Amino acid sequence: MEIIRNIIFFILFFSFIPNLLLGASSEKNYEIRSFSSDGVLGKIDKAAARRGLQVYTEICAGCHGLKHVAYRNLTDLGLSMEQVKAFASQFEVRALPNDEGEVNMRAALPYDKFVEPYENDNLAKVMNNGAVPPDLSLIIKARAGGASYFYGLLAGYEEAPDNFDVGNGYYNKVYPGHVIAMPQPLYGDDVEYADGTEASLEQEINDLTMFLTWTAQPELDNRKEMGFKTILFLIFMTIILFMSYRKIWKRVKSGIV
Amino acid sequence: MSNRGKGSRVIDWIDYRLPIFSTLRHTLVDYPTPRNLNYWWNFGSLAGIFLLIQIITGIVLAMHYTPSVEGAFASIEHIMRDVNYGWLIRYVHMNGASFFFIVVYIHIFRGLYYGSYKSPREVLWWLGLIILLLMMATAFMGYVLPWGQMSFWGATVITNLFSAIPVVGTAVVEWLWGGFAVDNALLNRFFALHYLFPFLIVGVVILHIVALHTHGSNNPLGIDRKGPQDSIPFHPYYTIKDLFGLSFVLSIFFFVVFFAPDYLGHPDNYIPADPLKTPAHIVPEWYFLPFYAILRAIPDKLGGVLAMISAIFILFLLPWLDTSKVRSATFRPIYKKLFWLLVIDLIVLTWVGGKPAEGNYILIGRIATIYYFVHFIFIMPIVGLVEKPRPLPNSISQSVLANIVKEER
Repeated sequence: MEIIRNIIFFILFFSFIPNLLLGASSEKNYEIRSFSSDGVLGKIDKAAARRGLQVYTEICAGCHGLKHVAYRNLTDLGLSMEQVKAFASQFEVRALPNDEGEVNMRAALPYDKFVEPYENDNLAKVMNNGAVPPDLSLIIKARAGGASYFYGLLAGYEEAPDNFDVGNGYYNKVYPGHVIAMPQPLYGDDVEYADGTEASLEQEINDLTMFLTWTAQPELDNRKEMGFKTILFLIFMTIILFMSYRKIWKRVKSGIV
Repeated sequence: MSNRGKGSRVIDWIDYRLPIFSTLRHTLVDYPTPRNLNYWWNFGSLAGIFLLIQIITGIVLAMHYTPSVEGAFASIEHIMRDVNYGWLIRYVHMNGASFFFIVVYIHIFRGLYYGSYKSPREVLWWLGLIILLLMMATAFMGYVLPWGQMSFWGATVITNLFSAIPVVGTAVVEWLWGGFAVDNALLNRFFALHYLFPFLIVGVVILHIVALHTHGSNNPLGIDRKGPQDSIPFHPYYTIKDLFGLSFVLSIFFFVVFFAPDYLGHPDNYIPADPLKTPAHIVPEWYFLPFYAILRAIPDKLGGVLAMISAIFILFLLPWLDTSKVRSATFRPIYKKLFWLLVIDLIVLTWVGGKPAEGNYILIGRIATIYYFVHFIFIMPIVGLVEKPRPLPNSISQSVLANIVKEER
């Protein structure tokens, strides 16, 4: 009995304390959505992520970088090496100095990181009304609310209410403070999907969210699969060790030792 | 003895000259342990194992990490994306820190409940507190290394606390920074010290174990052992019990590592440090929140710092603040209730520490802070004098056998 009581206490302790302590103080003004990547058995929806790559490349990449992601990583999404090479070759990077000391441009190769939209932050600032567009590699992990928040933000553009001064920015019902420097990026039918999917606004946002979930956590599929096996093993081992413990302690409990 | 092979002859040869094997055997095998230890006594060995996990994963991370303002954040992403199983190693290290603190806090509360700080275990208790202080310094410096927004602003807030020291405050802060701002010099020295401190912890842990084994473990009854019938050898009884406990805790640990690895962290730390942009709320890691709450409860900077430091240093005085002759709270009806009140008080402090310092949170934080000190300075000595403890059993074995008879009925 004592053991069961302790185990219940433990589970309560570990599940209750962190929730209590980390319960976010900010009010949520976006819906919690479910994505294929959620849950213990969640996986990246690769088809959606590939469509998201297309949205990123055609719409977002003008202003937002993906500096932690390399073109070669796209094979995770089911692209072949040939496709990756073709994709990378659309972009130009600075080559190493040649024998004459000149620095030329060359086509990007799979091992290059995604080419940045601006040479430096100051240029980015000048081109964007004084705000540097954040790098998107980690955006899903770097915002409270993660994928649901990101989805809500892109779908959250509205007319500003009367008497609400947005200054140089735009009104967004999800963004903290409601004034965002980025104009509405997606309206629906912004891209023509290579796989023929209809490019509704919801579809585009969903696909982009899935793509950026992958860029933030490229290990996600691996991690969850490995986690499932590890936890199964640990539960099995815990049971075996508990039985051994009972057996070894029998002598002590009955007063023989 | 006839079937002893060459191996054990070599062991005997070495042991005759340097008794490491017999020392290990005395520590981990023969060590006579009270027969009535409950699961709360598992947390010492768990803490040791989490320390080992932190050191091993930490050394591997250091092989791939770049301690520079320009390179730190990107090198963490390099570990997460390019290093083989780098994401696993880093997530184990990140969450291992949290679990190390959970386990150590439970270990400390166990000592508090069963009076493990009382004579003759005062030095053992002090060594434990020194380990806690070293752990806090190590964890704080480790959190700075990814050089995200919370790393940078956390380092700024905490190092600035030293400016509260009268007269030399500013000089001390600049000396800590190695410059005039939180910058590359600070990141480099924090990395060096973050690598060093865990080995200091190992040293103090060894002293902690030597002190423990001098008078042996305390036990849930808090009475001294009267003879061999009160003890059982550590192996196999407590090795198997601790292994079961370890496997159980690892199941929870790896559940967090694999399915909610960023749950205990702050999203802002995935934004690279920006000295020009202050985050809306600067919050330390959860295990520092009660101390952060005490710091902010005092309206004066120097006062807040002193209160925060006193919150830990007061624990060094416990052997004298607790005036009761009885160790275990099991036999102390009033103190037992007050102990749980203190636990609740600390949970409240932790909760307030994570909230912005405004409105009712300030008031709640102040009440909880005052109660924390009142508990140790006034309640503990007074209760120890006025309380009438329940009668203690004559011996551990007698109490254990009585329980067996009860269960058989």
